[in-house]
Amino acid sequence: MKREEIKVCVMRVGGTNCDAETQRAFQELGVQAETLHLNELIKRRNLLDYQVLVFPGGFSFGDYVRAGVILARWLSAELDKELKTFIEENRPILGICNGFQVLVEYGLLPGFEGVSAYPEATLATNIPQGYNCRWIHLKHENKGKCIFTNKIPTGKVLHIPVAHSEGRFLFPKEKEQQLLDKLYENDMLVLRYCNESGEYAEGSYPTNPNGSFHDIAGICNREGTIFGLMPHPERALYWWQQPDWTRREQVPQYGDGKLIFESLIDHLTKRF
Amino acid sequence: MTQSSLYSSRDTPFSLHEINTQNASDQQLLEISSELGLGLSLQEMKQVQAYFQAQKRNPTDVELQTIAQTWSEHCYHKTFKGKIRIDGKEINSLFKTYIAKATREINPRWCVSVFEDNAGIISFDRGYAIAAKVETHNHPSAVEPFGGAATGVGGVIRDVLGVWADPIACTDVLGFGPLDYDYTKLPAGVKHPKYVYMGVTAGIGAYGNNMGIPTVNGAIYFDESYTGNVVVYCGCIGLLPLRKFRKNAQAGHVIVVAGGKTGRDGIHGVTFASAELTEKSEEVSRPAVQIADPIEEEKLKRALMEIRDREFASATTDLGGGGMSSAVGETAERFGCGATVDLSKVPLKYAGLAPWEIFVSESQERMLLTVPPENLEQALAVFEKEGVEATAVGKLTREKRLQLSFEGVTVADIDMQFLFKPPESMKTATYPVVSFEEPEFPEPENLTEALLQLLSAPNIASKESVVRTYDHEVKGNTALKPLHGKYAGPNDASIIKPLDNSWKGVAISCGMNPNYGKIDAYWMAAAAIDEAVRNNVAVGGRRIALLDNFVWGNPEKPERLGSLVRACEACYDIATAYRTPFISGKDSLYNESPIGAVTPTLLITAVGIVPDIRSAVSMDLKTPGNLLYLVGNTYPELGGSEYYKLKGFLGKSVPKTRATQARKTYYALTKAVGEGVVKACHDLSEGGLAVAAAEMAFAGGYGLEMDLRAVPRKLITRDDFLLFSESNSRILVEVTEKDREEFEKLMKGRVHAEIGRVTKNPRLIIQGLKRPAVVDVPIADLRASWKRTLSSGV
Repeated sequence: MKREEIKVCVMRVGGTNCDAETQRAFQELGVQAETLHLNELIKRRNLLDYQVLVFPGGFSFGDYVRAGVILARWLSAELDKELKTFIEENRPILGICNGFQVLVEYGLLPGFEGVSAYPEATLATNIPQGYNCRWIHLKHENKGKCIFTNKIPTGKVLHIPVAHSEGRFLFPKEKEQQLLDKLYENDMLVLRYCNESGEYAEGSYPTNPNGSFHDIAGICNREGTIFGLMPHPERALYWWQQPDWTRREQVPQYGDGKLIFESLIDHLTKRF
Repeated sequence: MTQSSLYSSRDTPFSLHEINTQNASDQQLLEISSELGLGLSLQEMKQVQAYFQAQKRNPTDVELQTIAQTWSEHCYHKTFKGKIRIDGKEINSLFKTYIAKATREINPRWCVSVFEDNAGIISFDRGYAIAAKVETHNHPSAVEPFGGAATGVGGVIRDVLGVWADPIACTDVLGFGPLDYDYTKLPAGVKHPKYVYMGVTAGIGAYGNNMGIPTVNGAIYFDESYTGNVVVYCGCIGLLPLRKFRKNAQAGHVIVVAGGKTGRDGIHGVTFASAELTEKSEEVSRPAVQIADPIEEEKLKRALMEIRDREFASATTDLGGGGMSSAVGETAERFGCGATVDLSKVPLKYAGLAPWEIFVSESQERMLLTVPPENLEQALAVFEKEGVEATAVGKLTREKRLQLSFEGVTVADIDMQFLFKPPESMKTATYPVVSFEEPEFPEPENLTEALLQLLSAPNIASKESVVRTYDHEVKGNTALKPLHGKYAGPNDASIIKPLDNSWKGVAISCGMNPNYGKIDAYWMAAAAIDEAVRNNVAVGGRRIALLDNFVWGNPEKPERLGSLVRACEACYDIATAYRTPFISGKDSLYNESPIGAVTPTLLITAVGIVPDIRSAVSMDLKTPGNLLYLVGNTYPELGGSEYYKLKGFLGKSVPKTRATQARKTYYALTKAVGEGVVKACHDLSEGGLAVAAAEMAFAGGYGLEMDLRAVPRKLITRDDFLLFSESNSRILVEVTEKDREEFEKLMKGRVHAEIGRVTKNPRLIIQGLKRPAVVDVPIADLRASWKRTLSSGV
């Protein structure tokens, strides 16, 4: 499939607010990207016209119940069939920040045994509590399964910002270790919070900005086609979005966020 | 309503009263004004009485409430528009005489719309313009900090939507009482500053974050006088394709109300805003604070932008202070029309609202549009698609009357000309005569200690713990961030790059020096303008436009009004000298509580254009070996300074602004930034030279060696005064050795001197006038002191 033939659907509902920059990131890399309201997708029934589905950041439906949960319920009520087909065909789904919360609430992530009826993990209220907007470092942990990061060498440190108040990744306490082992076994762990030189945060704030278990910032499903992450790669696309570009003599044209979009596009151009 | 002969209930299936003004005595008129919460003076009530006497009937409650809202200080700005007698002369409108006059005289081609629409509009690039507006939301925030602040943000965003602009950035400047205020000293009805601080900052973050608009610039000030009356300024910047800027409503166009439903929240917000806070404010005015729902506004914004792009509507405005009464009235007035509205069509949160409540309610997230009848269906369909309720409630008419009905009954019918001609206010002012003294105290031995203490002073200390709770990067267009780099250095301004196909940026900065206002409101206002401008210049902003926002005490008190006059004089003088026009502004008066009035406070917001964001400059030191220049003269001006405050004094020698010189200096510096010879740039403000130098050092992670003997100065012989004087118009600049000559050439004729060098050794070492190393301290210690005070969990 040629790059310019790839069609990305950036889905929004009331309260979604990172759709424009997410769409821009895809367009910058030469693929077609469209922002569509969920109401339109339901009306047109055309989800399968797209090769990629993206849930961008924001506060879908105000996140008034729990982050991501209302949109997840809407999706299962209104778009379940198309979404199941989309997933069965291994079409990629990306969830950024609020999108990650939606994927977890829907049961798509981690999805140890496929789509789960109940969330198997959660993105809980940050510790320390409150909204936190800052640039953090991430270590790429995936060994090659995640199609969103397969152009990134394992162990590479990325610099990308986070901005959320509910991003503390947790498993049920009693199954914590067991499920973590499963993440490793199936190569589903993708990003962990670390410092500039790549040492894991080990829970220390602000290197780990939200108190996530095992410093987890992003995971994928067993197939590596569904990826959710709390950080915002679309805010680390251009050089001038970097927090320290005025300090550097030579700034690379793109930020680390580009690697994620590029990996996905690369995968699609090769595979289809 | 009381059972007196003044009121009679009409025989309608809903609540409607007639008020017997025909034969009312003066006493009774005032009674009516107070019982109905109208906030009208006797002079105003008499004008109302005369009008209805001529109509040979009594007004309804709807009519009286409508008039009260329209004539309120908040909506009509009586003080700024009225006459003021001072010192034997008469000022006919502060606004016209000083603020608008400055803009008119500067008359820049790039001002698209000033003081006319909901927001000021200046041209930008590629057919786009920038809209800017700043509002205050003090009284609601004093009663309910979270809701008051959140709806303040929501309101100013709607102002920007009201000129069809897409909001791209928010600002917030806040004033609180000291966080360690003694609980036992708090008067009844006053909330503790810490509670207010937590609520207000959370409210601001919640609204901006939820709507996905980056909050990029702001400030937090602590002052005793804000204890009883918190100061909350909310600003919004928008982007607007000029060819879509529609304002051509005509008679026959349909009036549409869109967004949230109308309820009893926010009744009498404007009359509340135009009165002093009292012990009873909580009880009496709680319903005046609205309830925020940012997601509703986010949806509303999407729909409005689509309607703008498809050109379905002929005008829009927000429903803010005064609710529908202001929005409908002002829209009709602007387009030379009248209006008819059926209030029973307005969607309600719950049943049982009287028509007057519907008309004056300030429920949030509502916009008003006028739509040519042929576009109505398509416009409503856009709202429906976004899940936003929109309803046609009336239309503009040729006849210049405001006619309201409810369930088929006429409930108001007022002549527009009468409605928009309140009696002219005449107030008396006196210039404040207060004598201040310069303190005398010996120069401390240890100035390192004084510097560390200053960095921890609440007004200087890092605001990182608050700034990080605001999303300052959403939309991905923040090219210069409020917190810079690894060490979160305090940038002087933020830069937004709003267009994908242009390198042009918008620099947003602010200036506010409330402490100077205690000595002299003139120099306080001058300093605020200078600070806003120099912050903008420091990052590379030029072609700067200003917004003025006054927060003052009760203008009925002649001295308070006198200081307001002084501040306005400064606004004119300095703005014309700098050739920086005012494009929008607002005044919030009556900021008094049982503890007293707020100190006269003027916030100046500056919006500059950065021709190419690639040449933007941040404040952190870049490379060891580089030279450090100080631009501008230092005078013994410590009156109102943070240093004096630290020593327990106010002082007298308030910093003055020497505008003619300063303008030339800024011009030269702007050129130097454009030439790329400026590696880092930081303005000198609270805490003076020492604090600015320390911030540059610890933000960059490098040390600095400075020599005070090289500092350009007048009449200063003490190291502490030279280090901590707050003289205006000074900027520190980092330049490479290679660019020394070029920089010297560009700055020729302007006061400047090389005063130090960036060092690899991470220490700040300052050679005194006579003593060696009056300051010698690791930058890590400076940074720690700076970060300590407001670190999380206040």
